[in-house]
Amino acid sequence: MSKDEWPLYEVFIRSKSGLSHRHAGSVHAADDDMALTNARDTYTRRNEGVSIWVVRSDRIVASDPAETAAFFEPAEDKIYRHPTFYEIPDEVDNL
Amino acid sequence: MYTQGLDQAGKSDPAGAETKAQLDAFQARVDAEEKIEAKDWMPEAYRRTLIRQISQHAHSEIIGMQPEGNWLTRAPTLKRKAILLAKVQDEAGHGLYLYGAAETLGISRDRMVADLLSGKAKYSSIFNYPTLTWADIGAIGWLVDGAAIMNQIPLCRCSYGPYSRAMVRICKEESFHQRQGYEIMLTLCRGTDEQKAMAQDALNRFWWPSLMMFGPSDAASKHSAQSMAWKIKRFSNDELRQKFIDVTVPQAEYLGLKVPDDKLRFDEETGHYEHSDIDWQEFFDVIAGNGPCNEQRMAKRRKAHDDGAWVREAARAHAAKRAKAAA
Repeated sequence: MSKDEWPLYEVFIRSKSGLSHRHAGSVHAADDDMALTNARDTYTRRNEGVSIWVVRSDRIVASDPAETAAFFEPAEDKIYRHPTFYEIPDEVDNL
Repeated sequence: MYTQGLDQAGKSDPAGAETKAQLDAFQARVDAEEKIEAKDWMPEAYRRTLIRQISQHAHSEIIGMQPEGNWLTRAPTLKRKAILLAKVQDEAGHGLYLYGAAETLGISRDRMVADLLSGKAKYSSIFNYPTLTWADIGAIGWLVDGAAIMNQIPLCRCSYGPYSRAMVRICKEESFHQRQGYEIMLTLCRGTDEQKAMAQDALNRFWWPSLMMFGPSDAASKHSAQSMAWKIKRFSNDELRQKFIDVTVPQAEYLGLKVPDDKLRFDEETGHYEHSDIDWQEFFDVIAGNGPCNEQRMAKRRKAHDDGAWVREAARAHAAKRAKAAA
């Protein structure tokens, strides 16, 4: 980012109540308030949202794609966490 | 609107730091229709090709506001004016989605804007044609946005995630643009002889430049193969152009307008329209900066950028002052 460029914000939008916020894209803004109004003007011109979150892109902590395999490996071999792991006789209902 | 198939792939990595194993693994992911995300490993040439294409696409949206903006103060009714304002605002929005997508590849917004203003970066040739009458606004929505949709629908499946998601958003909005344009044409064609002649004149002037929007013919398009292999591009320039002609000619017939091509005829056997050769010299001239409005478009963009400098600075100063007061 160059010295004069406004900071970058990531935009998350809740399309209607009951649903979670979802990443929509990003905007540049001088401050938080402007980030909200810029996000509104850029991403909700057709009533796409009832709520917006904006967060400075440089404040987001993300997992490293190069480490994806190792990072998520602990979940790989625990198939017993899934219901289909368990064999239940057909005669037993509601399980 | 719109991206143009200029298809200039980036040069291969000069340092040769990319191993064959890395490149093969990347291609395997692409072949498996996996999306590539911003922080994933990617070949430098893939990154450069995307930066060039996405930023060029973004610039086209921004410059594309000018020919239509030309009619904002002269729209025939308040309704048409409100619609046109919304459309021009959409073009700004599309530019912003795309700049955002390009930024995920590691290029700054300022860099892209600087490249546009210096003339280093290109934008679509179509926006270097003037909008002389109100009918041109109809022709642009119908033809230019129509051609853009043809180009952009396959881009929704592009291998690069942020670009493909931006395109999904854009395509949803683009349909409004095309329909409002056709409706303008329809209204003019149902009007007086003079209004219909105005619509015909707009079609005459925008038909060929719209066909050029798909980029050079496949034979002359050297870098398409790489973009196809990377699944940035899904169809060739000529395929998309033919598709556009096939759907658009019947729309012109419905309007009672004549497509300005004497060799145009429907081939029953192939199910496609045959057309005359395109004047590629005109295309390359316009791309090289010698179109009717290149200078005007760039001068206006530079002025807008310069005139807005104090606003950008003031907003920063205000934010810094408030941050200080809050601390």
